[in-house]
Amino acid sequence: MVRAFRRDNAWTLGLLAFLVVLLAFTKVVNPNYSLSSLSSTATSVLPLALAAVAQAIVVISGGIDLSISAQMALTSCVAATMMKDNPGEGTAVVIVIGVLLLGLLLGAVNGALVVLTRVPDIVVTLATSFVWAGAALLVRPAPGGSAAQWLKDLVVGPAGIDLLPKAAVVLLVIVAAVWLPLSRSHLGLSLYAIGSNQLAAFRSGVPVNRTKFLSYVITSLVAAFAGLSLTASTGIGSPVPEPTYVLISIGAVVLGGVSLAGGIGGVFGPLVAVVVLQLIRDDMTFMRVNPNYGLVAQGFILIGVLMAGSFIQMRRART
Amino acid sequence: MTSTTTDLLLEATDVSKAYGAVVALDHASLSVRPGEVHALMGANGAGKSTFVKILTGAVTPDTGRIVVRGRERSSHSPAEARRNGIVSVYQEPSVIPDLDIRDNLRLTQTPIEPFRRWLSELGLERLNLSTLARRLPLASLRIVDLARALAIEPDVLLLDEITAALPANLTERVLQVVQRQGTDRSVIFISHRLIEIAAVCNRATVLRNGQTVGVVDVSAGSQDRMVELMLGEVVAALGQRDESKATPAHRSGQTPRVEARQLSDGRRLQDATFELYPGEVLGVVALEGQGQDELFDILAGSERPASGSLLVDGKPVAFRHPSDAIRIGMVYVAADRAEALLMQRSVRENISLPFSARVTTWGWINRGQEGRKVDEAVKTLQIDARAGSEVRRLSGGNQQKVTIARWVARGVRTMLCFDPTRGIDIGTKNQIYVLLRDLAAEGAAILLYTSELKEIQLACDRVIVIFGGRVVAEMPAAGADEAALLRAAHNLKPDAELPEQVVAATPADIAAVEAAVQGASMPTSGQP
Repeated sequence: MVRAFRRDNAWTLGLLAFLVVLLAFTKVVNPNYSLSSLSSTATSVLPLALAAVAQAIVVISGGIDLSISAQMALTSCVAATMMKDNPGEGTAVVIVIGVLLLGLLLGAVNGALVVLTRVPDIVVTLATSFVWAGAALLVRPAPGGSAAQWLKDLVVGPAGIDLLPKAAVVLLVIVAAVWLPLSRSHLGLSLYAIGSNQLAAFRSGVPVNRTKFLSYVITSLVAAFAGLSLTASTGIGSPVPEPTYVLISIGAVVLGGVSLAGGIGGVFGPLVAVVVLQLIRDDMTFMRVNPNYGLVAQGFILIGVLMAGSFIQMRRART
Repeated sequence: MTSTTTDLLLEATDVSKAYGAVVALDHASLSVRPGEVHALMGANGAGKSTFVKILTGAVTPDTGRIVVRGRERSSHSPAEARRNGIVSVYQEPSVIPDLDIRDNLRLTQTPIEPFRRWLSELGLERLNLSTLARRLPLASLRIVDLARALAIEPDVLLLDEITAALPANLTERVLQVVQRQGTDRSVIFISHRLIEIAAVCNRATVLRNGQTVGVVDVSAGSQDRMVELMLGEVVAALGQRDESKATPAHRSGQTPRVEARQLSDGRRLQDATFELYPGEVLGVVALEGQGQDELFDILAGSERPASGSLLVDGKPVAFRHPSDAIRIGMVYVAADRAEALLMQRSVRENISLPFSARVTTWGWINRGQEGRKVDEAVKTLQIDARAGSEVRRLSGGNQQKVTIARWVARGVRTMLCFDPTRGIDIGTKNQIYVLLRDLAAEGAAILLYTSELKEIQLACDRVIVIFGGRVVAEMPAAGADEAALLRAAHNLKPDAELPEQVVAATPADIAAVEAAVQGASMPTSGQP
């Protein structure tokens, strides 16, 4: 049992080990890094981590979503604008729910377009990313708006003890609420099935189109959570999507052990991968590396990881 | 051996190729003399297509030597094989559909003038080279492929089922051209039509189970020898039929589990009509590409029929999705496990996948109950599930057992098995056939297409033969020995001698004979 677990999750466990090493390294390059710094790392990484989880779900199903960062911008702007126009802690709850519903709607549009038009997902979601980004600018031409206090408090600071940042708790709760039921249900198995082998899934009676549609809807739901977390951590809504989010979400998915061909992986690997990528970026800042080199370095890290991953898979296939 | 090497245009020796545990070619050999037309024969799955792929560089063999004109050659791509003097016309057209013919020729650096000359020899002199390839009918594309291959003036020309998609008049032209090659060029000719082989080939190499089992001089009376070689001996290791479990083949008055009435997909399958009764294993025999793939796709709900009707338990059904068929217990077992299984997922997930389809899509998986069912199925089918975390690590036989187990675990009423034992070791084959018989004994109806004719008598109660998309023969399995089945599959009349008189005939006669043969057996197709 333990051995099987170790084998099935070897990649994630290795990544966790790497994260520990990286944390030690961070402490060396930045002696001021302490347990309380964990909270700020967690707060800054939260939107990206949710974006990676969102991306992981659709990639596992054999698709891809390039519109995640634009969806985050749109949902974030809608949330910030509505909370400014309708202040009140109670109304904010309604607004949060409304924004999550908006996320479902965005996903439904993406999914319906992919399934009905049979245009490749990469094209559809690239196109809709412009639609969502444009809509975000219509809602809020310049960064602004506000966020309810409880929402801001939710993601800043530690939860009781220093070792446990609030943002990490929020992240785990959201991921657990979406992923655990999914992975134990027939829908979850169907997601893996269409990502693994569409023909086999079809012949096994899996409703391929419906499942594909739902993969985009769930992805966008998580992306809406990511947008809300942006509003919560910054207190405003910014209409311009962060261009690196999509790339980093895909990078984290790959680094987290999800196959871009679909069918393999989970969401916890990408979560760890996001933290790894963020820490590398932070360390470079501490080491006063030119941030542009930082991007170059991240690119090379991704390529290196991909090569290592496919090398391991090739060796496995041979034995 | 070495002394004869120089006389041969092409000599392939000791050629082996294994795909994982499946041995496709096992030290096979092929020698082609200059100027001869040489047939490469074998039943489905004997290794013909692998041999062709190796000769043309599409597949790299594990072992073996290929010598062309006395020099050893190794080809790692079709382009390289072409430089080595070997050119192939594949079963599927190999032109780029969105380019016109002229650009297609440019792409392969084919000289235009010889191409035009061959085209007119083949009866297509009026073809406009500016036509987009996708606008041409399939038959014309085959001719274009052939003319293009001839224009390159290869040493060895490989023709894989070139006549399969051709109408009679073009077939005749093609056969004439094939026969008229000079002493400089040899042709390797693959066809399911024995009559064509008799008419144009000088010698024939017969493959069986990946091995070269004989080289025959094609002459009067040699067809029987070829058929014999293709069949081989009945494998003694295969379990004998338990006669006590045998069920009466045909019970009048009983409602058929499945009744196909003039099913057609509009292309390959034409008016297929047959009945499948509960408690029987009905064998289906056909050469490749006679519409059996389409028939099974329709029955399994993957495709919708263009015309005809399908009745299950006497009620008409119209499947719109495989889940519709699965819901009424009609399930499909594919030959290619990669089409049925999630290779990177576990045995458990693969077995429970069809369950998920039955219940609502987002219903909860009850792990305890599911686990028990999976364990039960694994035990029933004796699946060696030690490498259960990823199905792709199981052996081919165990993979196939998983595809069957997933259906058995949920209770099956009708099982559609499409060559379920392809590439599986003999012991597992035996287990699968015993399992199918047991399922039938419990009341399931089983439709079994197999490319291994010798297994029909062992596993089936009745057998139908499909040729040209129609059911052309039906017989009790007891009387269906391999010779009878092979004759029927070639659409020759059951008792007819293989037409020896055709050997010396001209292609025009052949077309006539073939038409006559097809016409003669039409009445058995069960048409109104």
